[in-house]
Amino acid sequence: MKARRAFVVGILLCAGIVQAAAAEAPPGAASCSGCHAAKAGVDTPVARLAGQDPAAMVAAMQAYRSGQRPATVMDRIAKGFSDDEIRAIAAWYGAQR
Amino acid sequence: MAALTATRPSRRKFIAAALAGAAASGLPRPLLAQGAQPRIVVIGGGFAGATAARFLKRTDARLTVTLVEPNAIFAACPFSNEVIAGLRDMRAQLFGYDRIAADGVVIAHQTATGVDGQARTVTLGNGTKLGYDRLVLAPGSDPRFDALPGYDEAASERMPHAWKAGAQTLLLRRQLEAMEDGGTVVMALPALPYRCPPASYERASLIAYYLKTKKPRSKLVVLDAKDMFSMQRLFENAWKELYPNLEWVPVSSGGNPTGVDVTAMTVSSDFDTYKAAVANVIPPQKAGRIAELAGAADRTGWCPVDPVTFESRLVPNIHVLGDAAIAGAVPKSAFAGNVAAKICAAAVARLVRGETPAEPKFVNNCYSLVAPDYGFSVAGVYQPVNGQWLEVEGAGGASPADAPRAFRSQEAKFANGWFNTITSEIFG
Repeated sequence: MKARRAFVVGILLCAGIVQAAAAEAPPGAASCSGCHAAKAGVDTPVARLAGQDPAAMVAAMQAYRSGQRPATVMDRIAKGFSDDEIRAIAAWYGAQR
Repeated sequence: MAALTATRPSRRKFIAAALAGAAASGLPRPLLAQGAQPRIVVIGGGFAGATAARFLKRTDARLTVTLVEPNAIFAACPFSNEVIAGLRDMRAQLFGYDRIAADGVVIAHQTATGVDGQARTVTLGNGTKLGYDRLVLAPGSDPRFDALPGYDEAASERMPHAWKAGAQTLLLRRQLEAMEDGGTVVMALPALPYRCPPASYERASLIAYYLKTKKPRSKLVVLDAKDMFSMQRLFENAWKELYPNLEWVPVSSGGNPTGVDVTAMTVSSDFDTYKAAVANVIPPQKAGRIAELAGAADRTGWCPVDPVTFESRLVPNIHVLGDAAIAGAVPKSAFAGNVAAKICAAAVARLVRGETPAEPKFVNNCYSLVAPDYGFSVAGVYQPVNGQWLEVEGAGGASPADAPRAFRSQEAKFANGWFNTITSEIFG
């Protein structure tokens, strides 16, 4: 929890040069909420991303990308993202509620 | 830190582009700096337009956002093939705009009849004129009723296209239900580009499913202006396995649809004329009419746009989203319309603040069902390269061709989950 907060604060500080950028989704993140529900209570087997541990999300995406973690579609999607992009998206979703 | 490092090399380019854009649109200072309440008008309340309206307001509550949409109820196209095949109630496709209005978006249930890109006004059917600082056009696609001989709007009442969900969907369903067992269903498919091409093959599959289960002596002939299509191997494998009643005639086998005769109930191709008990004719298409009236459509009938902002390349201060736009390698899908709308909303919110839009990245993922528990997908990751959306190499692609049935069943569940999630994000 503490690590997550430090990470988020770090992102906020870095993004501080562009006011309001903290609230704006990083590149790629807008695509996730088509399948990963932003709100609770949606009838879907797909996990929500909001509030999840960023480190766990980064690890999951990297495992999808390498093929270590089995998937139907996330393996194909993860291959299009760099580590930096994945970290930014994970930090942003981790900060959502 | 990571995010900034990743975007830094291209930031300079954006600032230059933004300055050029500001000069072209004649805006000396950002609107918010002038203390004005920027007025954004969105035309079209489908997957792209409704998303854009909602996210614009959410991104910056100071924006005055008006959504122009004639219908009080939206009928969704994704999963309407299941309605046609009798697998789903039409009510599951219907959504209202109440929650979007509750977010502070002004809903004008009117038809937009004109756009003046110079004066920056939209004229509504009741004569009202709406001024805008930025206009977002999301009019979807319209059938081209002059493209296939014999197929005009009146003909579509006899041979439904059902490519816009609603009355047409139910008409095709009723025709299939009323058809005697043993009748031939004929589908006619156009050449690219058009709205959601994989949905044509999903529809063929689900009609074949309906015939197999309800009209076992009937068959389906699919006349196609194409030889190749997305997820082709997956569809063809499924047809081989499940649907001996489905005959696909590609253009190289003479399948190109050349005309219809609604009185004789025939559909003609390059080589043959087919007598249909039920005909589903998907005609060639173009961007929705208002895009043409606004001057945002080019000679192809579709709208060229900048990939970072979705701003029209033809008319400044007009952004075009969804099926109407020419978005490079990004396909015309509900999923893509929803993503484009979120990217565009963020860009427009920045533009009216006088800021530079961030370089976006784009994922599209489309599910197709060939039976209720048998689905697969095609995904793509895209980024702007030299003013075009290009696919990121090594990513995306179709579901594996050799997956077990449990994998297909899981993707069918994910397809259903996607529909619930995206419609909740937009209308819920």
